[in-house]
Amino acid sequence: MPPEGSTGIVTPQSMHFDESVALKSGARLESYDLTYETYGTLNAARSNAILVCHALNASHHVAGVYADDPRNVGWWDNLIGPGKAVDTNRFFVVGVNNLGGCHGSTGPSSIDPKTGKPYGGSFPVVTVEDWVESHARLATRLGIERFAAVMGGSLGAMQALQWTISQPDRVRNALVIAAAPKLSAQNIAFNEVARQAITSDPDFHDGNYHEHGVVPRRGLRIARMIGHITYLSDDAMAEKFGRALREGVLKFNFDVDFQIESYLRYQADKFADRFDANTYLRITKALDYFDPAAEHGSVLSAALAPAKANFLVASFTSDWRFSPARSREIVRAMVHNWLNVSYAEIDAPHGHDAFLMDDARYHALIRAYLDNVTL
Amino acid sequence: MNAQATPPTLAGRPDFEAIARWIKPNSNVLDLGCGDGSLLRYLHERRDAKTYGVEIDDAKVLACVKNGVNVLQADLEGGLLEFESNSFDYVVLSLTLQAVRHTERILREMLRVGREGIVTFPNFGYWRHRLQVFSGHMPVSRDLPFQWYDTPNIHLSTISDFEIFCAGHGIRILERIVMDGGREVHLLPNLLGALAVYRFDDHAP
Repeated sequence: MPPEGSTGIVTPQSMHFDESVALKSGARLESYDLTYETYGTLNAARSNAILVCHALNASHHVAGVYADDPRNVGWWDNLIGPGKAVDTNRFFVVGVNNLGGCHGSTGPSSIDPKTGKPYGGSFPVVTVEDWVESHARLATRLGIERFAAVMGGSLGAMQALQWTISQPDRVRNALVIAAAPKLSAQNIAFNEVARQAITSDPDFHDGNYHEHGVVPRRGLRIARMIGHITYLSDDAMAEKFGRALREGVLKFNFDVDFQIESYLRYQADKFADRFDANTYLRITKALDYFDPAAEHGSVLSAALAPAKANFLVASFTSDWRFSPARSREIVRAMVHNWLNVSYAEIDAPHGHDAFLMDDARYHALIRAYLDNVTL
Repeated sequence: MNAQATPPTLAGRPDFEAIARWIKPNSNVLDLGCGDGSLLRYLHERRDAKTYGVEIDDAKVLACVKNGVNVLQADLEGGLLEFESNSFDYVVLSLTLQAVRHTERILREMLRVGREGIVTFPNFGYWRHRLQVFSGHMPVSRDLPFQWYDTPNIHLSTISDFEIFCAGHGIRILERIVMDGGREVHLLPNLLGALAVYRFDDHAP
């Protein structure tokens, strides 16, 4: 057992699926791979599994570090590990890279077996429903009939919510954090700016940039900058950067004057080094398309009618991307169906990114909720 | 570790025992200002009630989650828009009415969302309270455990005041229990009762 608090060294695994999957778009993938990581041990009754769904730019690397890359810490490592709020001494936690991703699971950069070349622009648009379907197949292969919990923040929370609708018998609890039941026009607008940045980059080549030996790095950088701004609150930015200048004086040119500019450029570079533009396009579309109520006359409670899970819903007061009001819409639909739900509105200054932060009240809440999950 | 390991208890809250007696089995109950969720848990486990609580305080929301009850973090003063009309059999407001800014609005909302309302509040007319006021001080007692400068209570009332209010606002009182230290009081309730528990419904014309 690793030391308390630390997941230690983890190794990603891959599962190949030689069975086709019909996507919501009508397209079909004949075969695919899913990359995943696990932490803790699946108990004999196979009743202690928790699936962690990732958000826009994360991956299956949820906790721990890699032996050959000790600085690459899992994106939810502060929450998940031995003795942590999601206690891997008790639970068997699974992180999986979404289909269409760029961290190992089949995506636009993968080789299309039909052509022997990367899918590139021909990779289909994937949806939250498609992810749930593919993750459910992975769960079956791992011997998990029913998850003790499915959890996630932001887009990950939307997947958790979709799990309870598409696979009601396979999820006992869902932790839906910093979510929205669907994107607003403003949310979609931000995503569209990000996509335009990518697709208008001369290096984009309709998504087939691999063939040209380039990547649309400029577009991806701008997409990340616009996204990043929406993850932070005005107050958090003011607190962290204010109007601080990088070199103490205004330079009267178009290089970096303010610290916030420097920060955004740094974040953009870091992101462009590790993320794929085609994946970014598809994930933003998956966000835009998520709307479980759409097939039910826009009545969210009707969409949630099949759900049987117990829910913990949490939002953050400073989140303007998916504000608490959006979470309350979800809660209202759950109460309408007499589902067990607890809702917490966490007073945190960090904006949408608060769900990733090590906030004592937030983590105590998740710990308390999971403590009551019987195995 | 888990909430189900310890039995639910209403120790120290005689008003909860009175409320629990009124709640019919298999009812839907909404508890406003539900604290640590003790009443909800009791009603869920002993009355098979379907329950939700509303609570604003972070620590109490956490306590509810530990208690394994449904709690929704919200400000009661913001209205109960989350809840559909007539969706609950009972809406409970225990020891909170006196701390609410818009008394009429909260009682109306309770009867919009629930078929019946249940409130409990400390009786300002209790003889010990009267004695303290008579001797020149704001009352401090077991049921009013605050000093004038740190009290959350802004709308204290007597049993008589509350009943006059109900009569004037189309609220029909269905049942009343008046208590002093856990014992029921039948004689001179507005003088000898420290705590009032009411069940009521909508009788607006």
